[in-house]
Amino acid sequence: MKVYFARKLVIYLFTFVVAVSIDWAIPRFMPGDPVEGLLDRMHARPESAQALSGFYTKSFGLDVPIWKQYLNFWAALFHGDLGRSVLQFPRPVSTIILQAVPYTLALLVPAILLSWYAGNKVGALAARRRALDNTVLPASYLLTATPYMWLAIVLAYVFGSVWQVFPISDAYSPGLNPSWSWEFTRSFLDHWFLPFASLFLVAFGGWAIGMRNMIIYELEADYSHYLESLGAPNRLVRRYAFRNAMLPQLTGLALALGVIIGGALVTEVVFNYPGLGRLTLSAIQNRDYFLLQGIFLFIVIGVLIANFIVDIVYVVVDPRTRVGMQGGQA
Amino acid sequence: MTNLDQRVSGLEAPASPDVLEIEAVGALPAAPVVPAAGRGQVRELLYFALRNKKLIAGFSVVLFLLVLAIVGPHLTKYDPNAFGYALGEKPSTTHWFGTTFNGQDVFTQFVYGLRASFLVGAVGGGLAAILGMTVGFTAGYRGGIVDELLNLITNVVLVIPTLVVLIIIAAYIKHRGLVVEAIFIGLTSWPWAARAIRAQTFSLVARDFIGIARLSGERGWKIVVKEIAPNMSSYLVMTFILLFGSAILIGATLDFIGLGPPGAMSLGLMMYQAVNGAALLLGNWWWFVPPGLGIMGIVGGLYVMNVGLDEVFNPKLRKT
Repeated sequence: MKVYFARKLVIYLFTFVVAVSIDWAIPRFMPGDPVEGLLDRMHARPESAQALSGFYTKSFGLDVPIWKQYLNFWAALFHGDLGRSVLQFPRPVSTIILQAVPYTLALLVPAILLSWYAGNKVGALAARRRALDNTVLPASYLLTATPYMWLAIVLAYVFGSVWQVFPISDAYSPGLNPSWSWEFTRSFLDHWFLPFASLFLVAFGGWAIGMRNMIIYELEADYSHYLESLGAPNRLVRRYAFRNAMLPQLTGLALALGVIIGGALVTEVVFNYPGLGRLTLSAIQNRDYFLLQGIFLFIVIGVLIANFIVDIVYVVVDPRTRVGMQGGQA
Repeated sequence: MTNLDQRVSGLEAPASPDVLEIEAVGALPAAPVVPAAGRGQVRELLYFALRNKKLIAGFSVVLFLLVLAIVGPHLTKYDPNAFGYALGEKPSTTHWFGTTFNGQDVFTQFVYGLRASFLVGAVGGGLAAILGMTVGFTAGYRGGIVDELLNLITNVVLVIPTLVVLIIIAAYIKHRGLVVEAIFIGLTSWPWAARAIRAQTFSLVARDFIGIARLSGERGWKIVVKEIAPNMSSYLVMTFILLFGSAILIGATLDFIGLGPPGAMSLGLMMYQAVNGAALLLGNWWWFVPPGLGIMGIVGGLYVMNVGLDEVFNPKLRKT
């Protein structure tokens, strides 16, 4: 088990280094000078371009040798210094991002966990009942093929614009301040529901299909046939199948994180929800590249942490990893 | 951005190195080993293919949209980027899908956007498939240190949220066209395919006929091309289809946050403009419904097609 975690940690550490290096390298090694490219897009006037050019060259730390730039980047990172935002100058990028993170998490965490749970349950049921299989499965395929932003747009249109049961912009009513009051909570939940629902639905489709296919596969496995031939009740066979089918779904959860996060980003854009997605969009629109790079790093760190949590859960769920059998030695 | 789901079609890749070993215990499905197809076999597959409703249905939808993408631009007399038509008009005989709030023809944008989607899918999905096969075959056939190294790279790319990398790249790159966008999508979406193909290759390499081919002195890459690849051709086809669909979804996401190629019409860009153009508040549903339905049609059609193909190739799944 120690080996298992050590190996995982090495991979994650390596991934983190690679991600930071990418983050550092992209502005520097893309064709064209980054500073010039930035100014070019700002359509700045010559005199302000001069000043900005100096500012950017210094902020990027482009005035020192390349190896030193790389080390400086790491040093700044460990001090929690991701640079300053251009959009909300002179606020540090990290402060701005930390303000947005709770909103994104409030959408993502429930959407991921609930869709995973419900998808697994419904998928397992569908593998058992023909009628359910013929309704849930086609619906799941459509859901999983739906672009996240489109479902968000349609939900916003139907429930927000036509029926007007839910608000479709922001995270709480404009007059309120974030607090633990009853009024604020209600307003928050009202604004939270539609973006959550659209994330939940798209993700749900994938899990339901995955579970249904896994169960059918497991029921074809030798151990299932063996149990059946021993005269074990169907319920028991299904329970074993479900437990085995859970494992790939659990690793699938780690793999799907990137996709769902992407979905959350665009969903926030549709609902003008003040999380990382909206921040990303405004960073792009305002050419606030430090902010964009900071968001990237935050998401990478989040994904790595989530992956590690999944690994821990895996050990808890799969006893083989604990006693050092097949799984544990990997 | 997909539910780029190998899970979707039951093409389950062992998801991490530790799971690989569990495969031996029987927790993960493996592609059926279809012997390299002879003529009789082709006929048999065709027999089942033509009777598979899912395959036919999915294929019809995709084909219809493909034809629309090819023919559509010739059917319309408008320009996708031109302004100056009626503002926010409902679908009518002059403007089949209506017009946008800015006075653009939605149908024209839609068919040009379909073209862009198919292009991104073909180039991005194709490149990802080539990379995935190269890495997967090499790792699976060579094994040892080469495998360890490739596996590490695959794992790293797999864990990094690629969409965010694409956002950063798209934000910085100067000359971005549709093809460049597709290439970057292809460069980042191959890992799960590589992993799946690697696992399949492993299980094939252990078989006798590969050993015989080795004994006969054939070169490594020839064995891969002539002996291994044909025996998992169905698996490769299905992998490509999934990569195709996922490339389309990723492309649409990038376009939707305004990082698509400037000036090129796409379905994602249409949604971006619809949201920014207050289509929701104005109730211009004809503006944002077609692009999403188009993507859903292509990708959903491909997924359903994949399930059908699975049933055709895998005798165990055929309904009798």
